[in-house]
Amino acid sequence: MQTAISIETIRKDFPILQRKVRDNKPLVYLDNASTSQKPIQVIDAINDYYKNQNANIHRAVYALAEEATEAYEKTREKIAKFLNIQNRAEIIFVRGTTEAINLVAYSWGRQNVNKDDIIVTTEYEHHSNIVPWQLLTKEKGAKLEYIGIDDNGELILDHLDSYLATGKVKLVTFSQMSNVLGTITNTDEIIKRCKKAGVKTLIDGAQSVPHMKVDLNKLGCDFFVFSAHKMLGPTGVGVLWVRKEILETMQPFHGGGDMIREVHKYETTWNDLPYKFEAGTPNIADVIGFSAAIDYLNKIGMDNIRNHEIELTKYALDKMSKVKGITIYGTKDIAKRGGVISFNFHDVHPHDVATIIDKDGVAIRSGHHCAQVLMEKLDVAATNRASFYVYNTKQEVDALIDSLNKVAELFKL
Amino acid sequence: MTGDPIYTEMIIEYSKHPSNFGEIEHPDISRHDSNPLCGDSIDLQMKITDNKVSDVKFKGKGCSICMACTSVLTEMIKGKDLDDIKKIEKDDVLGELGLQHLIRTSPVRIKCALLSLKALKYGIYSYFVEKMNDEKSAGNLKEEATNLY
Repeated sequence: MQTAISIETIRKDFPILQRKVRDNKPLVYLDNASTSQKPIQVIDAINDYYKNQNANIHRAVYALAEEATEAYEKTREKIAKFLNIQNRAEIIFVRGTTEAINLVAYSWGRQNVNKDDIIVTTEYEHHSNIVPWQLLTKEKGAKLEYIGIDDNGELILDHLDSYLATGKVKLVTFSQMSNVLGTITNTDEIIKRCKKAGVKTLIDGAQSVPHMKVDLNKLGCDFFVFSAHKMLGPTGVGVLWVRKEILETMQPFHGGGDMIREVHKYETTWNDLPYKFEAGTPNIADVIGFSAAIDYLNKIGMDNIRNHEIELTKYALDKMSKVKGITIYGTKDIAKRGGVISFNFHDVHPHDVATIIDKDGVAIRSGHHCAQVLMEKLDVAATNRASFYVYNTKQEVDALIDSLNKVAELFKL
Repeated sequence: MTGDPIYTEMIIEYSKHPSNFGEIEHPDISRHDSNPLCGDSIDLQMKITDNKVSDVKFKGKGCSICMACTSVLTEMIKGKDLDDIKKIEKDDVLGELGLQHLIRTSPVRIKCALLSLKALKYGIYSYFVEKMNDEKSAGNLKEEATNLY
């Protein structure tokens, strides 16, 4: 890695990478697109909160509550800095990307989408960026349309143009990086075309924010969502960012404690932003843990992380493409893809591949990756997926390839 | 590989050359089922003559465990009386392939192994209830299918 911090040092920070699995094999964790592992700094931060600061936030006046509130709100500050967000009131904590998209569909969508309107998504979306829009469009008698993908796994932007030309599109919603193909979306171009047409954009940053520098001020989208657990943070924390002018017009998602200003028998007034959208006691400990994850990523540097993954992905694509019987999906252009490699091996079902190589301690994902629309498009039932992060090494890529050879042996290929 | 073997010669062989693979014209029982988590998907079809399975076929996409277990199950029921087929249990299928250990070692893959048995139990239930109007013969098959894994 082109950074002052060596990969050996980084690996030592991750206790789970020291453990053995199955028959005493070192763990080769290659399922980072699903969730990342956590450094000791994150684990310690969560522990420390429960040991020393545990109290509910935003209300009580005693010392613990003040400390907990400060630590929780500090994460919001860090996120603002991390993504170049000007106004911290635009940052809402949710359970994860899925909840963030559902919040937008429920609140903004129900207020703004009407009969015959169009929501545009893409063929390489995760189910979380499809199903909430199916629910909304069905309820409203609106339409859901898809930007298709070409043979390279890239979006066909002509499709977008034809939808925009109808004048009925209310929202274009897409992931900045595909969780299956690793394709990095041409985000700037899509936003440019949508802005020209006066159409709002939502970006799913679940796969991009952990792996590359993202600047929301530059990007100019209207909604942005991502999850902590894919970027070294804990599960159960996600972020919804909404441009203030839009957020101010949105009705609450959940009603309850903390999101109110005054409650009377039949009427309630709402709390200020962002609290209007954070009903109930939030996931305080994990938000604080997330803070330590952002510190960790900043320490390494997002550009260094991206460069490390480019190097690793290049190495993996090169080695894997030489394995007999392998089919790799998505673009070969390294500048256009992240560290996610989906593949099939001869006609062996991905679940068999994953089970066999698991015996060697190699953890990859097999299945439809919550992207059945894309699986249909690729005309496969499932794929294998190896996905990298800051702690993965070339030796681990070699371990994956050695294990694939065992699959070939077993199936007499 | 050490430990409890999954990928035995027999499983690999069945996955490459499944038994009774195909379709039946005008089946008396036709049941589709799938595993939402891994994408195994099968269609099981049967022809019933005098309360016996006179023909059985299946088609679908699935992993080797799913293909092998479905093959074995179709071999087990072909020509058999429905009253006997109703009594088939998990271990009868898993035992044929030495996969009883999956119940203990792999709660995920057990679903691949038992998908066809679930489809079979549902299929026979529907046959008795909907086609024969015979709730009594259907017995507990629906509950058994629901609670299989």
